[in-house]
Amino acid sequence: MIDKPFNNKAWLFVLPVFFLVAISAIIPLMTVVNYSIQDTFGNNQYFYVGTEWYTEVLGSSRFHDALGRNLLFSGIILLIEIPLGIFIALSMPRKGFWVPVCLILMALPLLIPWNVVGTIWQVFGRADIGLLGRVLTGLGVDYNYATNWLDAWITIIVMDVWHWTSLVVLLCYSGLVAIPEAYYQAARIDGASKWKVFRYIQLPKMQRVLLIAVLLRFMDSFMIYTEPFVLTGGGPGNSTTFLSIDLVNMAIGQFDLGPAAAMSIIYFLIILLLSWVFYTVMSNFGADAPNKEVG
Amino acid sequence: MAQISLDKLAHSYVAKPQTDADFALKQIDYVWQDGGAYALLGPSGCGKTTLLNIISGLLTPSKGHIRFDDDDVTLRSPEQRNIAQVFQFPVIYDTMTVEQNLAFPLVNRGVARSEIDRRVADMLDTLDLKDKARQRARGLSADEKQKISLGRGLVRYDVNAILFDEPLTVIDPHMKWQLRTKLKQLHEQFGHTMIYVTHDQTEALTFADKVVVMYEGEVVQIGTPEELFDEPAHTFVGYFIGSPGMNVLPCEVDKNIVHMAGAKFTLNKGYADLVGKLEIGIRPEFIDVKSAAEANGAGVAIQVTAVENIGRHKIVRGTVNGYAIDVLTDEDQSIPSDAYAVFNTSRFNVYQNSHLVRAHS
Repeated sequence: MIDKPFNNKAWLFVLPVFFLVAISAIIPLMTVVNYSIQDTFGNNQYFYVGTEWYTEVLGSSRFHDALGRNLLFSGIILLIEIPLGIFIALSMPRKGFWVPVCLILMALPLLIPWNVVGTIWQVFGRADIGLLGRVLTGLGVDYNYATNWLDAWITIIVMDVWHWTSLVVLLCYSGLVAIPEAYYQAARIDGASKWKVFRYIQLPKMQRVLLIAVLLRFMDSFMIYTEPFVLTGGGPGNSTTFLSIDLVNMAIGQFDLGPAAAMSIIYFLIILLLSWVFYTVMSNFGADAPNKEVG
Repeated sequence: MAQISLDKLAHSYVAKPQTDADFALKQIDYVWQDGGAYALLGPSGCGKTTLLNIISGLLTPSKGHIRFDDDDVTLRSPEQRNIAQVFQFPVIYDTMTVEQNLAFPLVNRGVARSEIDRRVADMLDTLDLKDKARQRARGLSADEKQKISLGRGLVRYDVNAILFDEPLTVIDPHMKWQLRTKLKQLHEQFGHTMIYVTHDQTEALTFADKVVVMYEGEVVQIGTPEELFDEPAHTFVGYFIGSPGMNVLPCEVDKNIVHMAGAKFTLNKGYADLVGKLEIGIRPEFIDVKSAAEANGAGVAIQVTAVENIGRHKIVRGTVNGYAIDVLTDEDQSIPSDAYAVFNTSRFNVYQNSHLVRAHS
């Protein structure tokens, strides 16, 4: 064994990064942690309350409901966008004139800012002046996202699918075009059906990009804020009050900094935990160590 | 297993080919004998992979027909043709085990489970992969993966032919020998028709009974390794096969008298009147370097420009009356200062517009 070199100069290389990360992440995060364990009656007078805010937030039905909505929303989004994205990517041409056309069409929604997307759909869906709203009402469908919670949910989901499925499509497409032609030729010679080509060649080769797609879509959808905010501001009732909306209401609306800070930390840890779960499960799927036996 | 006949076959990647140059593969007529080991040899872009893909059915030729025995299979897909193909890069199904990889083509064809198990076990034995049977294929080394690609063809006992598209490209040099030996052995054991595409002459000459040399979309010669060495049908073949390649020098031919490199040679065979670009092809093996005294009037003075020692031989590079030639001599042959190149004139091949001309008598 060679002894590990020991050299204090290494600190010089690490320090700039440490400094940057401290300013951009650790210090802001620590102020939030600071808020979350203290209370104030104004006048910049703070006193330590320990884990009180955490127990309060974790025990409140308001938090449970919002968390439930978030999980349901992210679940629905992943279940729709991932298969749909894969399907569209598979249907896209691999070469020829239509490739750039498809790619640009796919990239368009991604270029539109969140609040604009919200506004577009908010107007589009309005029963009095929106095209979609008028058409649906004209067809006899009782559609009103401002009063019916199901309509509000459907609108937000459609909005998100319209806005972000392209991202999944583009990621999957990049995975698909990277598969060498020989794989398809070998599969034909082996007599594989279309489904088997998908199951044993395309899906395994897309695994890496799918992992990225799932993580991005999960994190993004779990942090959804702008769309419901623009559409109904969390309504009707509390039906689209997700954690982020609740958090803003609590922190800025009610100025309850302590509970809001505690909730931020919990929110952050949940995203971290679930992302880790997704990452671990998906990167271990069918990719065990080279010499491990599989049954 | 079948005899494969190519009937006026040609292919162009251009929609409406006009000139000869539009054809990636110019017209070819040939019959691949059942059970033969063939190599398709040529530089990159000469059309050998095109020809291979036409035989396997991945490509439909623009002209002509291809028959397996008496069946016209021109329009049939690869799976209907029942052939196996091994590609340049090993193709394995990542998520499957070695066993499952080998079973895949059989499962797809609905072979009974017991039969699949028996054949896969056999194949694992043949390929020396028994101890890795239950491992995921993605963790294996390149040569093991290539063996699996090969195995997926071989488990189908009834394949009409096994086609190889430069299968040893990504294999480490020391494993190449082993795999090549394995291929030979499998050929003897199973007797499949094998067609092997390569740009490496050593691979082609050691693997094949017959070598098909291609150049710019054209088959320039089909022959045994000996024929390619002794009587290259085209100057390209002479140059491409052999190391160093054949010397090709402009000449004039008058019956049995050859004027070349400012010297006159008398051959023991005669030629009809030849027109066009005439050249003599002479392999470096058939030229000697001697001192003036040894040469004793035979041969032509050679100005030696470089001597490369390549183990048991030396390559002498030099010029004869201004024409560059290579000579292959024994390792211990000394190169005199007044060197003469002595040609073995019985080994002269005469080329007219790059194609070999047969002597009259």
